[in-house]
Amino acid sequence: MAKPKKVAIIDYQLSNLFSVMHACTYVGLDATITFDKKVVASADAAILPGVGAFGDAMKNLDNTGLTETIQEFIAQGKPFMGVCLGLQLLFEESEEFGRHKGLGVLKGDVKKFPTVQDGKAIKVPQIGWNKIYSSDTGIAWSHSPLRHIKENSFMYFVHSYHVVPEDESVVLTKTNYDGVEYASGVLYNNVFAVQFHPEKSGEDGIAIYKNWAQQNGLL
Amino acid sequence: MKTVRVIPRLDIKGPNLVKGIHLEGLRVLGKPEDFARQYYKDGADELVYMDVVASLYERNSLHDFISRTAKEIFIPLTVGGGIRTIQDIKEILRAGADKVSLNTAAIKNPSVVSEAANMFGSSTITVSIEAAKQSDGQYLAFTDNGREYTGIEVGTWSKEVERRGAGEIIVTSIDREGTGRGYDTALTELVAKQVSIPVVACGGAKSDQDVLAVIEQGGADAVAVASLFHYDFIKRRQSVADTSEGNVEFLKQNKAFSVMKPTTIRKVKQYLHRHDIQCRLTN
Repeated sequence: MAKPKKVAIIDYQLSNLFSVMHACTYVGLDATITFDKKVVASADAAILPGVGAFGDAMKNLDNTGLTETIQEFIAQGKPFMGVCLGLQLLFEESEEFGRHKGLGVLKGDVKKFPTVQDGKAIKVPQIGWNKIYSSDTGIAWSHSPLRHIKENSFMYFVHSYHVVPEDESVVLTKTNYDGVEYASGVLYNNVFAVQFHPEKSGEDGIAIYKNWAQQNGLL
Repeated sequence: MKTVRVIPRLDIKGPNLVKGIHLEGLRVLGKPEDFARQYYKDGADELVYMDVVASLYERNSLHDFISRTAKEIFIPLTVGGGIRTIQDIKEILRAGADKVSLNTAAIKNPSVVSEAANMFGSSTITVSIEAAKQSDGQYLAFTDNGREYTGIEVGTWSKEVERRGAGEIIVTSIDREGTGRGYDTALTELVAKQVSIPVVACGGAKSDQDVLAVIEQGGADAVAVASLFHYDFIKRRQSVADTSEGNVEFLKQNKAFSVMKPTTIRKVKQYLHRHDIQCRLTN
């Protein structure tokens, strides 16, 4: 029997990675937490998690050489999953604490939630559960790690910023937070990235990790 | 429409889950992992673990408990109780918690909130405010599990906490806590009006109506519930307590309840849903 493939969970000193690790272990992945660009480069798949500031994250990725490593990794077509800040970093630019360049893998930028929407104050960050639904440009969920997940399922979100992809066709899921509709998940070739935390979203979230692992032949 | 979170609060003393009234007089109710697992299955949105002894000796067993539950319970875990330093926070997060709750340490040295928020991210840092109503109607914050007077007014402190970068505030009414007299909706409203970060109401729920009231009248973004769920849990099943420590007389006597209408997470959420409050319903 073939051994499970190696998954690198990229540690750039800016997040609590243990829940991602627990989720990977639970579904049977052989995952390692690493900030070593050589380990990441040689892995069969990679996960970019993250909670924290965009600018600090990019600084750490640049300093460790992980920026180029990640860009090359994705260009090679190996399975890549982004979670929360990991989704945001894939884009070109963010307005968080000044303008910062991202990894530029996907076109578009990152904007903050407004504190007032439709005349009502909204709480920022969004902390809590919210629904995901498919985008009109419709990537079928059945061919993605969201296979068997029901429309309008609840996932757990913690964020103040959201991505604005230039190309609607990469949008896998949308979410509406107090009147603000935004892209909460993207799928583009080998890149799958979500704003919510599947490792904190109960059994549905764990199913997403399992689907990603299975669909990419990682188990 | 915002989605409200329902969060069971587990007070932990060594190997046991305990419950007090007004944050004291702790009764042993059983093994915390049994409660945690059941609440996860029942659709809890998050879990809060409060270490009510917070001594060095007990801290290790708490870390073990966090690690064990983090491996099989995939919802956010907030841990609080005696967290004093950045190093304490690091260790709790490393054990598997997603958020930490600071109370005493934050009031004694507010800059720890900014330091922690900068280092770990605002959304990782929750500040817990334990409040008691004074005779002049003011709400003042207390530390050390509701025992130490600070003289600090809750509204002012809430604003300060937000300014320093806390991601959310959990506000507990010491007066209502464990009594089943309902949440103090005025206290919750006071805090919710001062800040633009999420506010979690805690203390006093005796029924699903109380939960609805603190959301509708108090403006709570989330509710923390202890007695209401714990007493339902022990009513329904044999709760096995580690009788090596704590006041287990209550459990042994198998008493019934007068004020409280113990219920499940699922039932509370269905009730909220019927009253047009959006919350996450699971199968």
